Amino acid sequence: MLPLPPNVHHASPIDQVGVEERVARFNTRSIKKESKMQGLKMALNMIDLTTLEGKDTVGKVQQLCYKAQHLADHLLDVPKVAAICVYPNHVKTAKKHLGNSGIKVASVATAFPSGNSNRRIKLLDTKMAVDHGADEVDMVISRGEFLQGNYNFVYDEIAAIKEACGMARLKVILETGELSTLDHVRLASDIAIAAGADFIKTSTGKIQPAATMPVTLVMLQAIKDHFDRTGIMIGMKPAGGISTAKIALQYLVMLYETLGTAWMNNHWFRFGASSLANDILMQIGKEQTGAYYSSDYLSKD
Amino acid sequence: MARLSIQKTYKIFIGGQFPRTESGRFYPVYNSGKELLANMCLSSRKDFRNAVVAARKAFGGWSSKSAFNRGQILYRIAEMMEGRKHQFIAEIMSQGSTQKQAEQEVQTAIDRCVYYCGWCDKYQQLFSAVNPVASAHFNFSVPEPTGVVSIIAPENTSLLGLVSVILPVIAGGNVCVVLASESKPLCSITLAEVLATSDLPGGVVNVLTGQLKELHTHMASHMDVNAVVYARENRTEIKAMAELCSLNVKRFFHWNHDWKLSSSENPYLILDLQEIKTTWHPIEKIGASGSGY
Repeated sequence: MLPLPPNVHHASPIDQVGVEERVARFNTRSIKKESKMQGLKMALNMIDLTTLEGKDTVGKVQQLCYKAQHLADHLLDVPKVAAICVYPNHVKTAKKHLGNSGIKVASVATAFPSGNSNRRIKLLDTKMAVDHGADEVDMVISRGEFLQGNYNFVYDEIAAIKEACGMARLKVILETGELSTLDHVRLASDIAIAAGADFIKTSTGKIQPAATMPVTLVMLQAIKDHFDRTGIMIGMKPAGGISTAKIALQYLVMLYETLGTAWMNNHWFRFGASSLANDILMQIGKEQTGAYYSSDYLSKD
Repeated sequence: MARLSIQKTYKIFIGGQFPRTESGRFYPVYNSGKELLANMCLSSRKDFRNAVVAARKAFGGWSSKSAFNRGQILYRIAEMMEGRKHQFIAEIMSQGSTQKQAEQEVQTAIDRCVYYCGWCDKYQQLFSAVNPVASAHFNFSVPEPTGVVSIIAPENTSLLGLVSVILPVIAGGNVCVVLASESKPLCSITLAEVLATSDLPGGVVNVLTGQLKELHTHMASHMDVNAVVYARENRTEIKAMAELCSLNVKRFFHWNHDWKLSSSENPYLILDLQEIKTTWHPIEKIGASGSGY
């Protein structure tokens, strides 16, 4: 039994200037010393370590799985990442090399990144990922249909994919860089949540701009409104463009001040990123050794 | 009609841009008559860290430019300095030199640019070697830039000392973060304006102003810095920095030349910031006719 799609004609308009000012406020918070270290470790633990390239090989995925479990063995007390994120054809490899480490395997699906294919193929794509053992599926919405106003199409598609996911958690990528306005972002978030998304996610990482703080705030607000109405929690995953520890901390501040502590763990919040982990490790390295760190001492992939 | 005077705001130079220090701090610089010349940025260790990031980003591009192109850019720096000659002279005079001394200093600084411009595509031949080895290999050694260099510029001159320590570093394909003279900092930022308009890629030279005593340990200990050039005379600082440099086996150089003299310009300063790479290349021996490379 699915909830009804949101009434698109009564969607609340977003005050863009207000959103940007609110975001600017988050960025003034000063987080230092122990709280900074705690925040950085939390952010590390929330990362979906990602490789989504045409040139991905078994070796690259294998190396990424190793890195996910051993971010920096020479530093003390470094957590593992939350998951690794790969294309469906690499799920088997990832599953095998992560073993029982507790790190999840997320797979993109549904003709990622464009989403330009038919429903049957998208469902097959999803099934392939799930059958190979993916714990999480990252689907893309059909932005073309959305921008044409075919909201029911988008809703039905998400609902169909959700069904195909079975036990796997579904992350719905809105690709906000292609949605052009914050009103669209809010509407797409509402549709995705109503259609059964476990997570909503900003971007594929293939389109600029990817995740930005204003867009993420609008999505967090949609999650909050849904929670206030139904008591059901939805996860959030900003992805793409979050490459420094400083920005990651700003996102955590925004998460805390919008949704609160219940969301401050990797079951409800993820960063989709590839270079963020190393930047955070450099900060932890500085804290532990006293000297500014170099990426020479960290693996590239 | 009376006109409001337009004073220049001296900022710092990081990654080809002129930000203020992230710390928001400043220190006043006075002339000998106790008149305020400018409020300079009092750079913090975070400015230094940001500058190292900018420098590291610029290293790949600068070190892989052709030596000839680097030479052209150094010559361009000389051209731009020539155009701003009067500004440099005025600044040096305001910091306590006579007109004659100031003119001499600026002229020497510009000529030094041309000197190192010439070396850009020549030191390689001088410092390379083909080595005799007892096997069928063509064995050769070539200099390659070491990477990111922290430079502590001389304290007693505003312009000449600064360019004299920057030029051999960048001529060799390195990138640098330089701390300018604390008491005579004006020319450093004007020089940065010259560099920003000389086709020098952003980040190759980054200029900070401020106090060495709060920055020297970070300039020496940063793990992403490959060498340190120190051109002042404080024994305690030299010892502390040389020790910290051992953390990642940075090269540490104390350059104590009289930069007014032409003997202080030489290609061996370029060589200091080079690493020698030796390559063993197998060759075919064809009978008695000798090696075949």
